[in-house]
Amino acid sequence: MTEETPKKLVELNDLQLYFNKGKANEVRAIDHVSFDIYEGEVFGLVGESGSGKTTIGRTILKLYEPNGGTMTFDGEDITKLKGKELSNFRKNAQMIFQDPQASLNGRMKVRDIIAEGIDINHLAKSKDERNAKVQELLDLVGLNKDHATRYPHEFSGGQRQRIGIARALAVDPKFIIADEPISALDVSIQAQVVNLMKELQKKHSLTYLFIAHDLSMVKYISDRIGVMHWGKLLEIGTSDAVYNHPLHPYTKSLLSAIPVPDPEAENLRQHVDYDTTIETDGKERSMIEVNPGHFVLATPEEAEQYKQQQK
Amino acid sequence: MAANTEDFVIVGAQNSEANEHISKPALSFWQDAWRRLKLNKLAVISLWFLVFILGFALVSNFFVTQNKANAFDSDNVGKYKNLPPNSGLPIPGWDGKLKEPGATDTTDPYKNNNVKQNFILGTDNIGRSLGKRVIVGLRISLLVAISATFIDLLIGVTYGVFSGWKGGWVDVVMQRIIEILSSVPNLIVVTMFGLLLGNGVTSIIIAIAITGWLSMARQVRNMTLSLKERDYVLAAKSLGESSTKIAIKHLIPNMAGTIIVQIMMTVPSAIMFEAVLSAINLGVKPPTASLGSLISDAQSMLQFYPYQVLIPSGVLVLISLAFILLGDGLRDAFDPRASED
Repeated sequence: MTEETPKKLVELNDLQLYFNKGKANEVRAIDHVSFDIYEGEVFGLVGESGSGKTTIGRTILKLYEPNGGTMTFDGEDITKLKGKELSNFRKNAQMIFQDPQASLNGRMKVRDIIAEGIDINHLAKSKDERNAKVQELLDLVGLNKDHATRYPHEFSGGQRQRIGIARALAVDPKFIIADEPISALDVSIQAQVVNLMKELQKKHSLTYLFIAHDLSMVKYISDRIGVMHWGKLLEIGTSDAVYNHPLHPYTKSLLSAIPVPDPEAENLRQHVDYDTTIETDGKERSMIEVNPGHFVLATPEEAEQYKQQQK
Repeated sequence: MAANTEDFVIVGAQNSEANEHISKPALSFWQDAWRRLKLNKLAVISLWFLVFILGFALVSNFFVTQNKANAFDSDNVGKYKNLPPNSGLPIPGWDGKLKEPGATDTTDPYKNNNVKQNFILGTDNIGRSLGKRVIVGLRISLLVAISATFIDLLIGVTYGVFSGWKGGWVDVVMQRIIEILSSVPNLIVVTMFGLLLGNGVTSIIIAIAITGWLSMARQVRNMTLSLKERDYVLAAKSLGESSTKIAIKHLIPNMAGTIIVQIMMTVPSAIMFEAVLSAINLGVKPPTASLGSLISDAQSMLQFYPYQVLIPSGVLVLISLAFILLGDGLRDAFDPRASED
C-alpha cells in the first residue's frame, strides 16, 4: 500500500455508549471504541448481531447521545453539536438503512420521500426545481421517472433500497453510513445494490461506513475492516490483512464460519470456536499495532504472541 | 485489492426500463382503503345513512327551530295530546288509528279530536310534535358526536403523540395524569359541571372533553412508541426533520387507521352517554328535547303509547349502529391483515 497519509474524515476517540447506565441491566453497546475513517475509503464494520455495529453508526449520526469520548467529522468536533451546526452536519452525513420496507414511509409518495431532505434544507427554490432534483436522483439510482408518483409498497426490495439511497443522496452528503444495506435483500439484488453503491462512490467521491455481518460482502466492498464483538472493537486492518491474516481469535472464528461455494471444500470446512474468556478475564487491553496499519485489541504479551503466530 | 475493482456481472435480464416498469395503477393509501371499504356493503350503507342524517340535521336547523319543537298550545293540550303517528295513508299502524288503553276497538283520535294536521310521528303527552322533538334530539346527539370527535382529535391525538414521542419521565407523568382522570367516574364530572354551569349540552360536552379523549390518547401513545422506532422516522431524524414535522408527516398518517377506528368507537359511546344523562335528568334541561329525555319522558306511558318510546329509541339505535358498522368497515379497510381470517 502506498503511504500518502489520506485525510481523516471521521475520527472516533474512546467512544462510549451505555444503555440503562448504572442499572442492573446496563448494556455496554459501545465500549471505548476508537477508529478513524479516511476520506474516500469504505470502512467495513463487521460483527455478530448485538455487537454494537448499528449503534456506532447511529451514534455518529447523532441519533444517540454518547456517554463519553469524542467524535470528529471533517476536523470539527461533533460530539456536542446542536441546532444550526447539527443540521449542517446532517447535510454531510447520511444513512442507508437495513430494511428497505421499514425505512420508507408507506403513506408518502416516492417523490416526497426523496425530496424530504431537499425540503428540510430548502435546497430547491421552486416546485419545478424540486421535481427536477428528484428526477435526477431517480436517474442516478436507475429508477424511472413515473416511479416518483408511486408508493413504496409497489416496489421490489432492491428498488426500495435504491429509493433509500436516493433519499440519502438528496442532500449531497460526503459520508454515508450504510447500515446492513444488503442483508434484507436476496443475493441477486445484493449485487445490484452493492454495484450501485460503488458506482455512486466513484461519481460523488463518497466515504462509506459499511456495516454488515456478511464478511465476504464486506471484504468485496471495503478498503479497511473493523471487527466488533460485545461493544468492543477487536481488530482493524486493511480488508486483505484482516481477511487473509486474521490476528484476533474472534476474527478467525468469524472467518471460519463463511460457507464455501464448493460442496467438497464446504464439507472439510472446520469451524473455529471462539473462547470468550479472552474478553472477560479483566485484563487491561488496548489497540496494538501488530503489523503496519493492522491493529488488534490485546495485552502486550498477547500482541507478541499474535506476532509470533504469523510466522 | 484486486477484488475491489471488478463489478458483479448481472446474468440474464439487464437493468432495462422494462424491467423496472410497474404496470399496476398507483393507488394511494386512502384510495386503497376506500376500495376495500366499498366491498363492505353494510359499512357503505351506514356511511351514506350517516351522511344523509348529518345533512338532514344541518338543513333542519332552518325549518325546525328549538322553540318550535318546545312550544305547545296550552289551551288545546287535550286536543293534541298523545296523537298516534299518522302518515295520512292507510298503512296499518301508521294511519293515525290507536287502540285506547282498556278499549277493545281501535279509535281515530284525529277524527275524534277534530285535528286537521297529520303528525307523521305523532305527538307527546302535552301535544308537541314528536317528529320535531326527535329532530331536535337528533341534532343534540350529533352535536355531542361531533364535539367528541373534535376533542378526541385535538386533545387525544396531540397528548398521545407528545407523551409517546418525548418518552422518559414526561411520558410517565402524562400517563399518570391519564390514569388519575380515568379513575374519576364520568357521572361525578357531569354532576359537578351541572352544578357549575347548569345542566345542558355545554356541561355534557365539557364532561366528554375531560374524560372522552383518554382512550384515544393511550392508543395514540402506544402507536407513537412503536412508530418512533421505525427506520423512516430515524431517516427523517437523520435528515434533520423537526419533531413537529415528524409527527405530522410520519407518525399521524401512519396511525390514521387506528385514529379513525378509535373515533368511530368513541362517537356511539358519547351519543349513548348523552342519552343516558338526559334520561336521568343530568343532561339537557327539560323543555329542550334530547333522544334520551324523550325516551325517559315517554317511559311511564310505554304500555299505552309505545310509539313515544320506540321512535326516539329507534333513531338512537340506528345512529349508534351506523357508527359502529362504519367503524367496523373502516377498521377492516385500514388494516386488511387484521380481518383476513
